[in-house]
Amino acid sequence: MTVSEDKAQKLRMKRLKRFDNPWLNTKLLTGTGIILSILLLALLGRLFWNTDLVYIGSAPLNLPPLGFDNIRGDGASWAHPLGTQSSGRDMLALLIVGAPNTLIIGIIASLLGMTIGIVLGFYAGFIGGITDDFIRILSDVMITIPPLMVLIVFQTSIGEVGIVTMGLLLAGFMWQSPTRLIRAQVLSMKQSGYVRMAKLSGASSFDIMFKEMLPNLIPYLFGSFIAIVTTAIVTAVGLETLGLGPQRVPTLGKVIYEAIDSAALLRNMWWWWGIPTLSLASMFIGLLLINLGLDEVANPRLRKV
Amino acid sequence: MNANAAPKIPFSYLKNRLITFFITVIIAATIIWIIPRLSPVDPAEAMLGRMASSAGFVENADQILLDLRTQFGLNEPLWQQYLIYLKNLATFDFGVSVANFPTPVSQMIAAALPWTIGLMILSLIISFIIGNAAGAFMAWEETPKLWKVLIPAGMIFTSIPPILSGLLLMWLFASQLEWLPLSGSYGLFVTPGWNWQFIFSVVEHGILPALSIVIVTFGFWALGMRGLMTTVQGEDYVQLAKAKGLRPRYILYRYMIRNAILPQITAFALKIGLMVTGQILVERIFSYNGMGKLIYDAILNQDFAVIQGASYIIILMTAVSVLIVDLIYPFIDPRIRHEGSK
Repeated sequence: MTVSEDKAQKLRMKRLKRFDNPWLNTKLLTGTGIILSILLLALLGRLFWNTDLVYIGSAPLNLPPLGFDNIRGDGASWAHPLGTQSSGRDMLALLIVGAPNTLIIGIIASLLGMTIGIVLGFYAGFIGGITDDFIRILSDVMITIPPLMVLIVFQTSIGEVGIVTMGLLLAGFMWQSPTRLIRAQVLSMKQSGYVRMAKLSGASSFDIMFKEMLPNLIPYLFGSFIAIVTTAIVTAVGLETLGLGPQRVPTLGKVIYEAIDSAALLRNMWWWWGIPTLSLASMFIGLLLINLGLDEVANPRLRKV
Repeated sequence: MNANAAPKIPFSYLKNRLITFFITVIIAATIIWIIPRLSPVDPAEAMLGRMASSAGFVENADQILLDLRTQFGLNEPLWQQYLIYLKNLATFDFGVSVANFPTPVSQMIAAALPWTIGLMILSLIISFIIGNAAGAFMAWEETPKLWKVLIPAGMIFTSIPPILSGLLLMWLFASQLEWLPLSGSYGLFVTPGWNWQFIFSVVEHGILPALSIVIVTFGFWALGMRGLMTTVQGEDYVQLAKAKGLRPRYILYRYMIRNAILPQITAFALKIGLMVTGQILVERIFSYNGMGKLIYDAILNQDFAVIQGASYIIILMTAVSVLIVDLIYPFIDPRIRHEGSK
C-alpha cells in the first residue's frame, strides 16, 4: 500500500468513526468539563480576585453570601460575594486558592503512584518468577494497609508537611492497585500473537513492554489514574478534616475542619462548610464521570447500556 | 474432585494466605514504629513538658526525665526496643494514655471498638443490599425507564467521601429539620444498658452516620453488580431460561442475580480499608463514640500512644477482614477453586 492510499484510507475511517468515537461520550465530556471549570475558576480567580483575602482578618467576620442574611441579620456585600468565615477570611479567595491545592495533591500522588505501578506491574507480569512473587506479595500487603492510619501516625509524630510532600507521601499508597491491574492485563496479553511476534523478531523486553503492550492499556491506565486521583484526594481531605495535612496553605479539607471546629453548623453558617463541601463534591463527581466515561472506552459492552 | 463435595481450603493456599497476613501486620507495625523514631521529638521530654505545663513547675526534672526514659525503654538498643514493641503489640499492650493518665490504651480502644464495628456492620449490610439491587436493576432489560434514569442519578454520590455526605445530612436532618440528634452515639439523659430508652437512643443516633456511609458506598456495589450483570446476561443459561418462557422476574432472581452477586464479595476485600477510614472520619464529625473520636481526641491531646494503638488496631481489623473474606469465599462460590486445589 502506498503512503497516499494509506492516508486516504485513514481519512475514510476517520469520517466513518466521527460520530462513533468512544472518547467523545457524554460522561467523559461532562466530567472533564467539571474538572476544567474548577481549574479555570482557580486560574481566572487568581487574575481577577484578590487572593490575599485568604489571610486571617483580611475581611469582615461572618458575612453571609449574596442574597442571604446571617444570624445577626447582617446582609451580604459585593466585596465578599461568597461570604466570609469567623476569622475574617474571604470564602471566594479560599475557594480559589484551596481547590487547586487539593487537586494538585491528588495529581502528584497519582502521577508518581501510577509510574511506580506501571513499572512494577509490567515487570511482575512480564518477567514472572521471583520478581513476580515479590511484587505481588508486596502489593497484596500494601493494599490492605489503610493509608490514612499511617499518615495520621506520620503527621502526629513528624508534623508539618507542604502540598508536594503530602502528594509524595500519598504516592506511597497509590501504586498498589495499578500494579495489580497492569500485572493482570500483562499476564493475559503475554500470550497474544503480536507479543510473540515481537519476541521472535528479537525486540528487547523493554520495547515489548513499553512500546508494544503499553499503548493497548491506555484506556485502563487513564481509568486507574482517575481512580487513584480520587483515592488520594479522599485520603488527603480526610487528613485535613482531622486537622492534619498542610497547615500553611488553605486546602478545602482544612476549611471544612475549621468550620466544624468553630461549630459552623450550630451557628447556621452553612456557607462556611457548604461551599468547600459542594466544590469537593463536584470535583469528585467530575472525576467519577470521567472514570465512567473511560470505562465505556475500555469496555465496549457497556456502551449500549 | 466431586463437584458436589464441599470445597476445602488447600493447605498451601491457607499457608500462603496466612503468611501474607502476618507480613501485612508486621510491615504495618514496623512502619508505625519507625515513623516516630524519625521524629526529633523525645517522648520522655514531651511527657515532662506536659507535666510542666499542667503543674507549672516540676521538681527533680532531670531525675524524672531519666526515669521516664527507662520506663519508656529508650535506653535499650533499638533492636531490643523493636522486639519489645512487637511483643507488646501481640499482647495488645499499647502503654498508657498520656491525656487520660494512667488509663491503658487498650482499655480505651476496647471501649470504642464495639461502636465502630457495630456501625460498620450495619451500614455495610444496608449498602450491600441496596447497592446490589440497584446495580441489578440498572442492567436488567425489563426495568422501567424511570428507574433507569433515577438509579444512575442517585449514584452520583458514590464518589463523594462519607464525610461530605455526613455534613450535608447533618445539616439537613439535624440542624435544619431537627428530626435526628446532631452528635454523639446516645443521648445525654439515658443510662447505658439493656433498656428500651437506651436502645432507641442508640438507633436514633446511629441513623445519620450509617446513612451518610450508605449513600456514598451503595454505588460501588451497584457499579460492580451492573458490570457482572451485563456479563451474565449474555450467558447461555439465561438465553435458555428466556427461551423456556420463564417469567423475566424469575430469571432475574434465580438465574442472574444469584450468579452475579458472588464475585461482588471479593470486591469487598479490596474496598474495606477505604470504608473503615471513611467511617472513622464520619465518626469524628458526628462525635460518635467509636475509634474516629478516639483518634481525633488523641490528635488534639498529642496522645501518641493512643494514636499508635488505635492505628494498629484499625490496620489489624482491615487485614483480618480481608483474610476472612479470602478464606470463606470458596465456601460461598463453589466455582472458585484456590490455586493448588484440583
